[in-house]
Amino acid sequence: MNASQSAGALHPANEALTRNERIVFNLYTISALLVFVLMMLLGLTMRMAQSNWAGVLPNVFYQIMTAHGAGMVGTIGLATSAVMWFFLRKYVKLSLSIFLANYVLFMLGAVALLAAVFIGGYAGAWTFLYPLPQHPMGLWSGNAAALFMLGYLLIGVGFLLFYLDVMRAIIRMYSNLGRALGLQWLFSGDIDKSHPKTVVASTMVAITNSIGILAGAIVLVMCLINIYFPSVALNALLVKNLTYLFGHMFINASIYMGVIAVYELLPRYSGRPYPISRPFLWSWAASLVMVLIVYPHHLMMDYVMPHWMLVMGQIISYCAGLPVFTVTVFGALANIYRSGMRWNMPSRLLVLSMFGWAAGIVPAIIDGTISVNKLMHNTQWVPGHFHFYLLLGVLPMVLALMFHVIGQNAPSRSSDKLSFPLYILGGLIFVFSFLAAGHISTPRRYAVHLPQWLLYDQFGSIGAILLIVAMLVFALHIVVGLLRSPGNGDSAHATG
Amino acid sequence: MILQNQIWLLTLTGIGLVSLVFIWIIVQAGKPADSAQVQKTAHTIRRWWFLALVLLGVGVAYATLKPFPIADQNASSPAGQIVDVVGRQWSWTLSQNQIKAGVPVQFNVTSLDVNHGFAIYGPNDLIVTQTQAMPGFTNRLHYTFTQPGKYRVMCLEYCGVAHHGMVTEFEVVGGQP
Ligand SMILES: [Cu+2]
Repeated sequence: MNASQSAGALHPANEALTRNERIVFNLYTISALLVFVLMMLLGLTMRMAQSNWAGVLPNVFYQIMTAHGAGMVGTIGLATSAVMWFFLRKYVKLSLSIFLANYVLFMLGAVALLAAVFIGGYAGAWTFLYPLPQHPMGLWSGNAAALFMLGYLLIGVGFLLFYLDVMRAIIRMYSNLGRALGLQWLFSGDIDKSHPKTVVASTMVAITNSIGILAGAIVLVMCLINIYFPSVALNALLVKNLTYLFGHMFINASIYMGVIAVYELLPRYSGRPYPISRPFLWSWAASLVMVLIVYPHHLMMDYVMPHWMLVMGQIISYCAGLPVFTVTVFGALANIYRSGMRWNMPSRLLVLSMFGWAAGIVPAIIDGTISVNKLMHNTQWVPGHFHFYLLLGVLPMVLALMFHVIGQNAPSRSSDKLSFPLYILGGLIFVFSFLAAGHISTPRRYAVHLPQWLLYDQFGSIGAILLIVAMLVFALHIVVGLLRSPGNGDSAHATG
Repeated sequence: MILQNQIWLLTLTGIGLVSLVFIWIIVQAGKPADSAQVQKTAHTIRRWWFLALVLLGVGVAYATLKPFPIADQNASSPAGQIVDVVGRQWSWTLSQNQIKAGVPVQFNVTSLDVNHGFAIYGPNDLIVTQTQAMPGFTNRLHYTFTQPGKYRVMCLEYCGVAHHGMVTEFEVVGGQP
């Protein structure tokens, strides 16, 4: 072991959590883990229902589906914002109160969402695609739909506050957002090698996701007005555009926040420097633009869309893969190649996250082709690819930070030797059963399945069970570790 | 080979290649080597890899966008058959239930209430084509059936509690059996 791999370098002093920071970080982490497990159980319930292994009434199925979607998207956003906060606070001065406010607003929003779904019966899917929430055919009330939207607004306000604080702090330190993104080095000049990748990524996310959340807020307000004043009809196509701009942006922001864990932690475990470079800056600058204009790939089957926008959706989908494949994943692989990598839970999860992102993006990009989308749109191909990079990409980024913080840097314990491969195995069975079902045209979001689809559902259920068992072991370790940890993060010897 | 199988094969190949690269890197990760040398080589490989991806992307984009896979929505239709399709919670209405094979058909698809997805499943239970059914808009879908038989329409945009039951059928007649 060389010096750079010692515990001190793994847990630098400027990353230590103060007492208050630790309380808030633990709130985020433990809540996120709890909700992840609960939402996974809801997901399993849906797959079991489709398998004919569990009797679930269609109205309950669609309530579960709505809760699972909203819960997972929100929680992955919450968990990855904790990743971003954890590293960004080393470079700029963030407000802990605002970070806490985001948590409180999130929890209030979550209560509203759950009440709307499980008490109010709202089952308009997490995308609340206009005018379905207003058109429940008697299954839920206008108030239930409004409560759901109010929950989203609360969560959105929390995130917006957090991002505004991030931008304020970044501007204070780097004088403007362009310099924080490193735009001054795009074409020429000596790049300041100490400029943190975390700052570049955080700036990009704060800008783009604020725009995404604003688009979402506009739709929510429009829909709220429409619920109580139905005569104010909305343009369904315009609302769809704004909804998918928001939805696409929010879920992508979680990847861009989560990947900060890879930038920060990977070089510590590989022991090899992972410096900033011009292609890195280009890739983030390009992603900033692309992530905002790629959303029409969700509207390829809306033939009345301006066709240039659909062409843009396809081309930008392809282009968006370039930064991933040629900069982030390639850079991560070059960082660990013959590095003398030390394998333990954080480092394994980091490598898994790169695999999940890179492999999961393959079916996604292919589906971003209009002629393919004609056959795959809204089949289980879609949950197949996004579960691939969320479950095997983004969640491992979050888990890597959690295992890092609890100081599990020693070679794995025996339970990890079992749970880590189990997570991958279960995850792969789960996502491939979606993709395989999509390949034979199984629709997504169906409470009841035809006989020829059942085998895929059953494999999916088994994969989900394996994955959830592994996730429970992870969650237990992390929660115990967090509650026992002294909080400065430098506990490698305590638990190692 | 049907398009679904081509897509499936391409995806498995892509994921397989990604997996192989990862396995190779992971196997190599334990043997330390000079960082500067590795990074220099990596930069060279990256340049070629980037170029290869760009060329691949441009080629595929050109091949898949020309001819453009979506019918011109404004031009008057050259189609020999026109079928009006209306979706509502939770049923489909088609202006005719028999369609001739070998003759281009234009589906004018709209909805009376919420968003629905108009997907046509072939006799082999695979999707042959689809478009969205949206309130206030009419999507024109062009298709020429080659194979006669029973086709099923399913809703592919979540539309409420009976979404999965929003199914209808039509028949394609004539052509080569
Ligand atoms: Cu429908």
